[in-house]
Amino acid sequence: MAAAPAKPAPPAKTPVKPEPWTSPLLEGLQKGLPGAIIEAVTFRNMPSITVAKEFLLSVCHFLKGEEGGAYTLLTDETAVDYPKREKRFDVIYHLYSFKRNDRLRLKVIAAEGEAVPSVVGVWPTANWLEREVYDMFGVVYEGHPDLKRILLPDEWTGHPLRKDYDILRQDTAWVKSNLGIESAQ
Amino acid sequence: MPETTYLDANELLINMGPQHPATHGVLRVKLKLDGERVLGSECVIGYLHRGVEKIAENRTYAQFAPYTDRMDYVAAVTNGMGYVEAVEKLLGVEIPPRAQYTRMVLAELQRLASHLLWLGTHALDLGAMTPVFYTFREREEILKIFEKYCGARLTTHAFRIGGLQYDLYDGFEQDCLKFCDYLLPKIDEYEQLLTKNRIWINRTRGVGVLSAQDAVAYGVTGPVLRGSGVKWDIRKVQPYEAYDKVEFDVPIGQHGDTYDRYIVRIQEMRQAVRIIRQCVERLAPGPIFGKVGKVIKPPVGEVYHSIEAPKGELGYFVVSDGTTNPYRVRVRPPSFVNLQALDIMVRGHLIADVVAVIGTLDIVLGEVDR
Repeated sequence: MAAAPAKPAPPAKTPVKPEPWTSPLLEGLQKGLPGAIIEAVTFRNMPSITVAKEFLLSVCHFLKGEEGGAYTLLTDETAVDYPKREKRFDVIYHLYSFKRNDRLRLKVIAAEGEAVPSVVGVWPTANWLEREVYDMFGVVYEGHPDLKRILLPDEWTGHPLRKDYDILRQDTAWVKSNLGIESAQ
Repeated sequence: MPETTYLDANELLINMGPQHPATHGVLRVKLKLDGERVLGSECVIGYLHRGVEKIAENRTYAQFAPYTDRMDYVAAVTNGMGYVEAVEKLLGVEIPPRAQYTRMVLAELQRLASHLLWLGTHALDLGAMTPVFYTFREREEILKIFEKYCGARLTTHAFRIGGLQYDLYDGFEQDCLKFCDYLLPKIDEYEQLLTKNRIWINRTRGVGVLSAQDAVAYGVTGPVLRGSGVKWDIRKVQPYEAYDKVEFDVPIGQHGDTYDRYIVRIQEMRQAVRIIRQCVERLAPGPIFGKVGKVIKPPVGEVYHSIEAPKGELGYFVVSDGTTNPYRVRVRPPSFVNLQALDIMVRGHLIADVVAVIGTLDIVLGEVDR
């Protein structure tokens, strides 16, 4: 059968914008740790909570505990760079709870050079994930047992996943310093 | 007498890899040994780092899809599937059933191919030479189906955002069913070679034990987590495509050792055959492309989508700023996270068991390093 143009299915009624999120879990969190939650939104069935940095560890311990939903699995930790913002980094945690069978996103906002508390003590899997974020973004973690580069060589300069990191300039500089010629790039 | 002699030396630091046949790629492991016993280990990775996450920011959504195949290059179909589904979720589109079932058939074939490759090389690492020839023979049949479907054997780029590029070729269903009938007795043959083999049992039982608690704490997923007795499969608990409409079991282990993980993967192969048979039955004619425009421009927002890849949870975190290029694509590779558990799994074991544990984790360095 040829790839005939598909009969367009009626578009699913999903909102195109993140919407405010409410849940008993969030209320418990707000009650237990007042001032910890900056924002809570949901988009495409995934709630996302922005947490104040100084409350991060308390929130993580709460969420990992039974009354906090038993989010025992940290599936991913990463960051996003917004260089135009005053505090440029979003550090992002994706949690999963076996008990509730759902996922939750935590966000912490950090400025350049500002240390983020390490969650290795809560979820040991964060060890390599935080090293990767440090390697790629230069986000510094406070309390990490062994914070060093993981994918790039130790002598590397710069953090490539930052938006202002220029691949081309890096390449030209490398060719010039190592081969002593002008790069053809 | 000199003050220290070599007889006093009881701690030895040795280096395994990056060029080592049993590390399945360019993995370097620094081992601290007391005689033959491992006191601790440290992985040095990144030799295959290509910066795919940075590449993604400089490509359009559709252009990035082929790059995903190059991460876990022995399971390209599932890698591509995770990415296109993540973008579809961001766009909020549904894809038609024919495309869903086709994706599932190809993904399960890919799971079989990945597990066959794992079984052959894992057994080879532990000294069983025979299985690798048999598993590669069967894997070849899967690659032939891929080749007939999309022209490529390994880096398939089989799916597109919104559906499929190509409809199925004539005789695809028969090819798949014939392969299923062919494979099942072969799996029994592999089991005859290994499951009750005394050498195999001695090399794998009680080796690299990972308790369920540690498995969750270290975030391992896929067959490694299930081998530790945690019944968790994303296809079951958070179904994507049409996995909620097919019947299959989730095999689990009890002891969390290398032998149990072997049994889990063998059982998973049988379940994959079951899924393929059900999906092929439901491949009704119909459209293969959902409602996606020529230019893919998702709304501002971010999604995390994960699938059960052959090696574990493969997640994509895509951030859109409303333009045609993704603002950020984060790949959560199962191998990278699973490899982290290597250290606690090898401690106290013999140096030869390190090879067994690396094999049982089923890592692909293309995915670890990205």
